[in-house]
Amino acid sequence: MSGTLLEINDLAVSFSTQGGEVQAVRGVSFAVGPGETVAIVGESGCGKSVTAQSIMRLIPEPPGRIKHGSIHLHGKDLASLTEKQMRNVRGKQIGMIFQDPMTSLNPTLTVGDQLTEGILTHEKMSQREANKEAIELLHLVGIANPDERLKQYPHQFSGGMRQRLMIAMALMCKPELLIADEPTTALDVTIQAQIIDLFKEIQEKTGVAIIIITHDLGVVAQIADRINVMYAGEIVEYGTVKEIFYQPEHPYTRGLLTSVPRLDGDRSQPLIPIVGTPPDLFAPPVGCAFTSRCKYAMKVCQAHDPEVTELSEQHYTKCWLQDDRVEKPY
Amino acid sequence: MLKYIFKRFLWMILTIWIIVTLTFFLMHAIPGDPLDVADVGSSDAASANLAAYYNLDQSLPMQYVTYLKNVATFDFGPSMTSRSRTVNDMLESGFPASLQLGLATLFFSVISGVALGVFAALRHNRMIDYVTMILAVIGISIPNFIQSMLFINYIAVNIEFFPIARWGTYRHVILPAIALASGPMAIIARLTRSNMLEVLTQDYIRTAKAKGLSARKIVVKHALRNALLPVVTIMGALTAAVLTGSFVVERIFAIPGIGQYFVSSISNRDYPMIMATTVIYSSILVVMMFIVDILYGFIDPRIKLHAKED
Repeated sequence: MSGTLLEINDLAVSFSTQGGEVQAVRGVSFAVGPGETVAIVGESGCGKSVTAQSIMRLIPEPPGRIKHGSIHLHGKDLASLTEKQMRNVRGKQIGMIFQDPMTSLNPTLTVGDQLTEGILTHEKMSQREANKEAIELLHLVGIANPDERLKQYPHQFSGGMRQRLMIAMALMCKPELLIADEPTTALDVTIQAQIIDLFKEIQEKTGVAIIIITHDLGVVAQIADRINVMYAGEIVEYGTVKEIFYQPEHPYTRGLLTSVPRLDGDRSQPLIPIVGTPPDLFAPPVGCAFTSRCKYAMKVCQAHDPEVTELSEQHYTKCWLQDDRVEKPY
Repeated sequence: MLKYIFKRFLWMILTIWIIVTLTFFLMHAIPGDPLDVADVGSSDAASANLAAYYNLDQSLPMQYVTYLKNVATFDFGPSMTSRSRTVNDMLESGFPASLQLGLATLFFSVISGVALGVFAALRHNRMIDYVTMILAVIGISIPNFIQSMLFINYIAVNIEFFPIARWGTYRHVILPAIALASGPMAIIARLTRSNMLEVLTQDYIRTAKAKGLSARKIVVKHALRNALLPVVTIMGALTAAVLTGSFVVERIFAIPGIGQYFVSSISNRDYPMIMATTVIYSSILVVMMFIVDILYGFIDPRIKLHAKED
């Protein structure tokens, strides 16, 4: 792909525990272009947060470990950087927003201090200049009276306001990439919508690329350009928003879409959940990981891992149903 | 803020009054009498005079009222054992040494305890962690008077630099302070370690890391402050432990502090001296608790000392 900002290739991350090795991420590849929004969706425990944290090298090592694969940012492999070199990437080139704004801010330091400490580390700048930057960003994320609020502590802000603070904090050094790890999960629905709008507004104004990790398909539909659907540590389908929502190919993606209510559909129809539980990542199955929950499962699914099929230039899936010899059941 | 301090001050006075009252009545509840010295065989007239001199001829409630008046003016009266000296004299001569020893002990135990705790937490489950925690267990388990004697026997006797006993220069402070500090140090180290381990897994530590801060800055600025709150909590109680522990250690090192008077005053039933030392120690304790509460507010802004502001 041309003009790539971030390119992840065959990334695998494992955690060693007393019970054995958990293969949280098993060969994930995707790319993000400048100014683009890419979503990673999937249910809890599918490895989406681990993928995101691996990009920033924030997974605790040990027990975590990047087993193989590369993470290229502007052609520089982040997976092979030293901790010290990595510090120059964190916060400066990539900003990150976490799930729970209530616990992601240090309760004992003022908001101003926490906003400016990143930029003061990365750039030669006086506290006063840093404060000015912070005030500007607080304006951008929609916090009133920014100069007064800088002196306040996190507990004086509501949940939605704190998430705005987190976003401002991640943008302080004008990063090219923003990773948002479930940024709306801990917020109530009206606040969620405001935060999503804020992301869009920020992207328009700053041109930052966004990787958004979520299990909320509604969020994805509103904000993403392209979607990675993750299941059991692998990307099972990848495509543009339109392709994923209107022409889903993988049974898991289809299952996800039928399990959310639709405004335009028949409301008397029950929601169809995906039955069963994800496989044990201590010992992932030999074949397709979705076999045990897939209503279209065939013999081959259990025995052999499917290859990636290219459906269009931007649309890939990893499923045996795409094989020419199979007659599609849907 | 001022209102809060004033309110706390009134509570402190009330606390000290309760302690004084309890001590007074408990002391008089002990069977026997300080002037009941049968083997000396003093005359009835002499005994009556002595009783009058020490206010012991009055009824108990009257003695109590007189005593409260005296305490309020910081006059603890004449001592019963060193008859030529007043309790105030003795305290004035002994207090500086005790205070120096106490401060040195606190300083040493807090600094080294916090440092060891932090190192142990950062090297969790590695050599330095185990060594520190073993040292901590040793520090807690060996009583300070045993440590004092071991120090005298193995260190002071062999190394000229450390005096065996008595008081005067900074060299005299080191061994008794270490003996006194090892227990509190161990407690602080263990507490700091467990708090650090907990704080280091918090989300805001990950946020700090995601900003690209160095590991040192994350520990010092983000983790330590939050980890120290429980340590500050036990500081009040630890101070009491250090001070009460110093009674015995002062005796072993022959330090002319007030600890020696306290220990001997109990066996001698020296009422004025028991009361004086109790008042002093409880006052120190209550003031320490007060300081701890004020420190809370500075360390954690979520703890409000005064009524709601905005």
